[in-house]
Amino acid sequence: MRYSGFQVIKQALTGHKGWTPAWRDPEPKAHYDIVIIGGGGHGLATAHYLAKVYGHRKVAVIEKGWIGGGNVGRNTTIVRSNYLLDGNEPFYEFSLKLWEGLEQDLNYNAMVSQRGILNLFHSDGQRDAYTRRGNAMILNGADAELLDADQVRKEHPYLNFDNARFPIKGGLAQRRGGTVRHDAVAWGYARSADGYGVDIIQNCEVTGFRIEDGKCLGVETSKGFIGAGKIGCAVAGNSGRVVGMAGMRLPIESHVLQAFVSEGLKPVLPGVITFGAGHFYVSQSDKGGLVFGGDLDGYNTYAQRGNLPVVEDVCEGGMALMPMIGRARLLRMWGGVMDMSMDGSPIIDRTPVEGLYFNGGWCYGGFKATPASGYCFAHLLAQDEPHPTATAYRLDRFRTGRMIDEKGVGNQPNLH
Amino acid sequence: MIIPHPLLGPRDSSEFVYLGDASLIDRPDWQAEDAAEAFHEYAYLRDNPAGEHRELWYHEGGDRSWLVVTRNTMTHEISKVELARDVARAQGRSK
Repeated sequence: MRYSGFQVIKQALTGHKGWTPAWRDPEPKAHYDIVIIGGGGHGLATAHYLAKVYGHRKVAVIEKGWIGGGNVGRNTTIVRSNYLLDGNEPFYEFSLKLWEGLEQDLNYNAMVSQRGILNLFHSDGQRDAYTRRGNAMILNGADAELLDADQVRKEHPYLNFDNARFPIKGGLAQRRGGTVRHDAVAWGYARSADGYGVDIIQNCEVTGFRIEDGKCLGVETSKGFIGAGKIGCAVAGNSGRVVGMAGMRLPIESHVLQAFVSEGLKPVLPGVITFGAGHFYVSQSDKGGLVFGGDLDGYNTYAQRGNLPVVEDVCEGGMALMPMIGRARLLRMWGGVMDMSMDGSPIIDRTPVEGLYFNGGWCYGGFKATPASGYCFAHLLAQDEPHPTATAYRLDRFRTGRMIDEKGVGNQPNLH
Repeated sequence: MIIPHPLLGPRDSSEFVYLGDASLIDRPDWQAEDAAEAFHEYAYLRDNPAGEHRELWYHEGGDRSWLVVTRNTMTHEISKVELARDVARAQGRSK
């Protein structure tokens, strides 16, 4: 069924009895051309672009739980393309362009809201760094605008400009950044892929790979063996566990990142704001809650919950940036498990096992990358060569010294 | 998390800095034939287990000792804490 305003009115007049499920619930077939492991945003996007752009219809997405139950359902919904390095910026700008056309592409309301993102700076050195970053963005076709303190004050008068230690000197704005309704992204991609004949198989856990003579022939699952010409693994957060079943070790550690939502408030925050002196970022959801987060907890974990010291640190950042946040009560907090890579950048590449392809290492930037990640992974799976915007995301870049380290902190995953 | 320090007793984990997998104690021999490959594995590849994990914590806000903590990455339960010095010496290192 194609969604439209006409359809809403028609269904309203007929008692909403004509709506059909957004995707089927099929049993797995014995063999597919391509099997995607992981029914999150990236896996479902991969299936959508495989079918729509690259014409592959014999595709399955297999998911241990329910689709969209992992990190695509646990993030802070921010989209942006404000990166510095050549390996990253063209990819994230490609992603932002896909976000801009996503709802028409999927025929699904994902509530893409380009309300803008503002990275604040608090010193002359930081201004120089953001000027450089803005120039890098513009050179790669993205938008960037450097604001001085007065311009920021005009748009965000409630910020703590005269903080004695970290006065706000200005900010780097990307007006095309913003937020997207995260669950709708998973559902929209799933519905679209299903419409092209992709089988989305939920409650189907991968328990092993069938590998003969160095070639992967399919996956063992809780619903039996599923054969595949090619297998794509898109399970960020748990990449080490899944790829470990194929005998590989990855340049990745799993860490927990916490996020927080306040009670619902009237509109107070027009866009996304990040604090430059600590690690704190905040936006306001359409329901009114302030959605915010900060640093990783910093130790290896697969538990989807964090500890109190980081809660304190994040809330201190919020209080330093916008003291009014202290008047709001915290409603919910949760943790998501991140693939933290050794240089802070992702991996989309073949693996040493023939027929097995890997997409992961998204650190805590996976949500904004969802469309481009799916597109580029589909390109790799369909054509056996990297998409032009993702050529730097190689699995062997740590061996060859071609790291993409935005923060320049080296092989210390909890610092990226 | 509370880390039971072998010398100081229970200490809050926020007094510590986390480094990573305790295999970082086993620095490869830089003169070996396969040193480049061994250092790639040492510096960049991780087991990243879901379950028991031996890891290095540095007591920066305390006695500045390095600890090897055995902790479950599914539950955050700590089952064993040793001085990294003792672990390294038991493996034949001088310090």
